[in-house]
Amino acid sequence: MNSLVARYSRPAFQNEGYGEEEQQQALADFASPLSLNFALPPVASSASWLRAMTDDHSNPNCPIKIAHGTTTLAFRFKGGIIVATDSRATAGNWIASQTVKKVIEINSCLLGTMAGGAADCQYWLAYLGMQCRLHELRHKRRISVAAASKILANLVYSYKGKGLSMGTMCAGVTPSEGPALYYIDSDGTRLAGNLFCVGSGQTFAYGVLDAEYKYELEDDEALELGRRSILAATHRDAFSGGFINLYHIQEAGWTKHGFSDTNPIFWETKLKKGEFSNVTSELV
Amino acid sequence: MAALSSYSMPTEQPAFSFQNQPQSHASGGPTQHSFYPYTDNGGSTLGISGSSFTIIAGDTRMTSGYNILTRYAPKLFRIGGEGPEHAGAKIVLSVVGFAADGQALQERLDMVVKMYRYQHGKDMSVHACAQRLSHILYNKRFFPYYVQAILGGIDEEGVGALYSYDPVGSYEREQCRAAGAAASLIMPFLDNQVNLKNQYEPDAPQGLEKPQLQPQPLDRQTVEELVRDAFTSAVERHIEVGDGLQMMVITKDGIEELYSPLKQD
Repeated sequence: MNSLVARYSRPAFQNEGYGEEEQQQALADFASPLSLNFALPPVASSASWLRAMTDDHSNPNCPIKIAHGTTTLAFRFKGGIIVATDSRATAGNWIASQTVKKVIEINSCLLGTMAGGAADCQYWLAYLGMQCRLHELRHKRRISVAAASKILANLVYSYKGKGLSMGTMCAGVTPSEGPALYYIDSDGTRLAGNLFCVGSGQTFAYGVLDAEYKYELEDDEALELGRRSILAATHRDAFSGGFINLYHIQEAGWTKHGFSDTNPIFWETKLKKGEFSNVTSELV
Repeated sequence: MAALSSYSMPTEQPAFSFQNQPQSHASGGPTQHSFYPYTDNGGSTLGISGSSFTIIAGDTRMTSGYNILTRYAPKLFRIGGEGPEHAGAKIVLSVVGFAADGQALQERLDMVVKMYRYQHGKDMSVHACAQRLSHILYNKRFFPYYVQAILGGIDEEGVGALYSYDPVGSYEREQCRAAGAAASLIMPFLDNQVNLKNQYEPDAPQGLEKPQLQPQPLDRQTVEELVRDAFTSAVERHIEVGDGLQMMVITKDGIEELYSPLKQD
């Protein structure tokens, strides 16, 4: 608090033109693009100020709408890891985008998923990618998923209470660990597990995934289960929708299995497999 | 919630940031001053990319509440190039939201792009510039710029590139994007006309096999007409949009600026 007072109690117009802070900011602009020096508002409690300005949930009139809302899932099985997401981003009730890439390719064998603040996930997973590459260069071997996820968990924990919002999964297959899956959120939670769903549509995805999941799934069954779980979530959660983004991770690295429109998949599931019988309308 | 109520929130009524009166508590307790550093200056922007060009457009009206402050305040900025006239620039930034934040953002990005050229002896690619803009926005994650930015240019393959941003820097490359006050009026039109959403082959069999029309890269004249239609229509139905339409067409040869009047009421 004292430091804050000291910082902002300089006489007005003491430094006409560019102040010290602006000069430092200008220098930081050249120094490192992924710097950890963030600008702060000149108020005592920056976290509650930020919430008042950006938290759509507690204040629907907030002026700055940050993109939110998601269903993401990932699960471990004998053939590796499946990662699947929807692609909708919402700002309040407005669908800001239907084509968001919520699977973030950290490197050739590590994937991250994006739920919560889109910018938070994009930025910090890019930062994680940088740290993973530095680890490779320093230690001459690829980073373990456990270590990578812990870098992220420690990082977000250091910003705890500042207003970050992210629920992310780190998935990868390494020779030392085999398939490994971690859940990390902005509270600082870090969990290893076989199966996670994250986001506003997580409950709907869990409903399908828990019913059909077993570790001994074949590759094609696992891909279909991932797709079907996301489809269920896009059907019942208004904040999820758009396209289904599917990835499969094996020891050789990840492979992408399409970015496919939910609407034709929904009608195919209904008309050819007879599911979603609650939807009565006939396709004419 | 207690923490929330200590800041005066923008209401449905338009208000100036400096009009927020200090709120004194009924009990005669301590006076709480609010910190609300943003004004919504209205207006709308839009960008569409083609196979060899990108068009970014914006109206030139600037409002504060129900007042029109000026009829010509450009929301489009050339980034990079030489000198204050940005000669030879091939990247355009459009910002809508709070004009002062937009200008600050433009100045910072311009400085970065120009310094890149001095230091590396070559122009920054749009790809790099786009990522850099994301980082500049995220640098103010805890004190955000109140802006929605769209960045346009030509990528290394000579194809039109368009990137859209949220206020704290999440970004995505897209074919088209509308931002600002009339985004909810313009974006559905663009989805239909540029990405051909919900359009099907007219004589195709009905049912599951019904093939969706696939979006094709549009030519420049079509895009210009789409942009004009989008704005003249938005002006009819949104009070914060009007006065003038500024368009920048980015091709491999540089930036061509077009201006045409919109309704002034």
